[in-house]
Amino acid sequence: MTTSTPGPSTATKTDLCLSLEDVTISYGSFEAVRNVYLEIPRGQVTAFIGPSGCGKSTVLRSLNRMNDLIEGCHLRGRVVFNGEDLYHPKVDPVEVRRRIGMVFQKPNPFPKSIYENIAFGARINGYRGNMDELVERSLRKAALWDEAKDKLRDSGYALSGGQQQRLCIARAIAIEPEVILMDEPCSALDPISTLKIEEMMHELKKSYTIVIVTHNMQQAVRVSDRTAFFNAEAQDGGSGKVGYLVEYDETERIFNKPTQRATMDYVSGRFG
Amino acid sequence: MKPISEAIDPNPKAGSLFQKSGLRFRPSLPRNLWNAVMTTLVAIAAGVAVLPLVLVLAFVLIKGGQLISLKLFTELPPAPGMGGGGIGNAVIGTVLVTGIAALLAVPVGIGGGIYLAEFAQGGRVARALKVFVRFGTNVLSGVPSIICGVFIYALIVKTRLLFGQSYSGIAGGMALAVLMLPTIIKTTDEGLKLVPDELRWGAIGVGASKFTTVMKITLPAAFTPIATGVVLGIARAAGETAPLIFTALFSNYWPWPETILSGDTGLLERLSQLKDPLLNPVASMSVLIFNFASTPYPELQSLAWAASFILVIMILGANLLARWLGRFAAR
Repeated sequence: MTTSTPGPSTATKTDLCLSLEDVTISYGSFEAVRNVYLEIPRGQVTAFIGPSGCGKSTVLRSLNRMNDLIEGCHLRGRVVFNGEDLYHPKVDPVEVRRRIGMVFQKPNPFPKSIYENIAFGARINGYRGNMDELVERSLRKAALWDEAKDKLRDSGYALSGGQQQRLCIARAIAIEPEVILMDEPCSALDPISTLKIEEMMHELKKSYTIVIVTHNMQQAVRVSDRTAFFNAEAQDGGSGKVGYLVEYDETERIFNKPTQRATMDYVSGRFG
Repeated sequence: MKPISEAIDPNPKAGSLFQKSGLRFRPSLPRNLWNAVMTTLVAIAAGVAVLPLVLVLAFVLIKGGQLISLKLFTELPPAPGMGGGGIGNAVIGTVLVTGIAALLAVPVGIGGGIYLAEFAQGGRVARALKVFVRFGTNVLSGVPSIICGVFIYALIVKTRLLFGQSYSGIAGGMALAVLMLPTIIKTTDEGLKLVPDELRWGAIGVGASKFTTVMKITLPAAFTPIATGVVLGIARAAGETAPLIFTALFSNYWPWPETILSGDTGLLERLSQLKDPLLNPVASMSVLIFNFASTPYPELQSLAWAASFILVIMILGANLLARWLGRFAAR
């Protein structure tokens, strides 16, 4: 297995979970984001912020090879996870996604019961433990157990939007990934549901590394330890805009004393 | 309270470029007249459109309904000039030939549809193949059924490709399968395209392989349109005459010898007789109708009416089944 757990030799780098080394992602001939260097520490919440079209979701999806599903999408550079390049030709993307789970912008429960929504991922990952326990544990971690325990056999669609999103988070947690990627997980939710998910993230970061894309800067301040600000600029002679990483630091520094003018303007609401 | 009709423009503006009148509905206005006339016209068109269906059902019911009895299903057609008899062999034959066709067309059609919707991406070759197959499917669905019959006739029947046999149940099934195929491919393809991409991402995001995603998530989600398409494809083929005349032909006998159920012959021999209709001419209701309706014998003509009735009922039943499947899975 090329993606086996790292041996003790990499123990010295345990604080580093994912690192992007000179990553450029393009759709066909159009470059979406260029020359990103980024190091994501383990056990923390990292937020990606920036205006629309700056490539932050593209970068997020590159972290578990979700971009493979988009025709014509191509990545240059290296994405290193636990010391291994995720884009090495011998890496199996299915294994990558079992280690690095994902929660999407729109809640997307499977058209199955709540119980089966969680059991599905566990089963295909060869889980051999007690399924009832796993379902309960996952739902508890996603702060959904109290609301869902009496209707585990009901369809996942019977839940409200916020509950569906927490179900999707429970589904992602159930396969015990090391990293959870969240692509604007609260953009379709009301403030109460958003609050619940944010509280949950504080719990989750004790056992998982979380990377979240958000349009809501207050959310980035509330949930994240580190923040990366992406921006897009018109390309010389090109037609579209190309995204790039402007600044990456502790969240407090990004929002209080950023080093870049663009970051300052963005976080203070002067543009974007 | 004053009726609204009295509310003539409360604050008329001098020099307005628009003509404003009261709020009362005036049927004599040109736009209202046109509206009434056109509504009547399209309503008549809608009525005329369902008229054939109602008339066909009524006609077949009156002509053939009175002949319905158990005997119809248990007896063979009589010799010309004799009364009585049934169409049992044709009923069985239709089910048999349609079954063979479904057996051939459903796996190929659903498989092809899955490939088009889920797997044909990435390479230039795959994309070209996808465009070609989609186009070809549309063309195939427009090919007249008699051409399908002639095609199988030239390919299988004339050449005696199947164990030296000419007309056979398998040949009939193949001709009908060619007719079913485009419907099944198209509905599978379209049904899978309706499944939102978010569901696929969700499955792939929890580490499902492409195969697992298709089998466990996308296919079940698209079950309704696929099942509906399959049932409608089968129903359409079951009533076809032209392709069967060239392939399965007709038979005045049971598909299997009557001794197959309780004969004195050995079990092995009887089991081997099961394949008889596959390699020999088989009766079918549509061909029976064609043959008997054009004879001068009134007994045979009324049998043709009875067969028409049963065939229409079977196809109606299949359509109802398709609707029921749709509602069943929509819940």
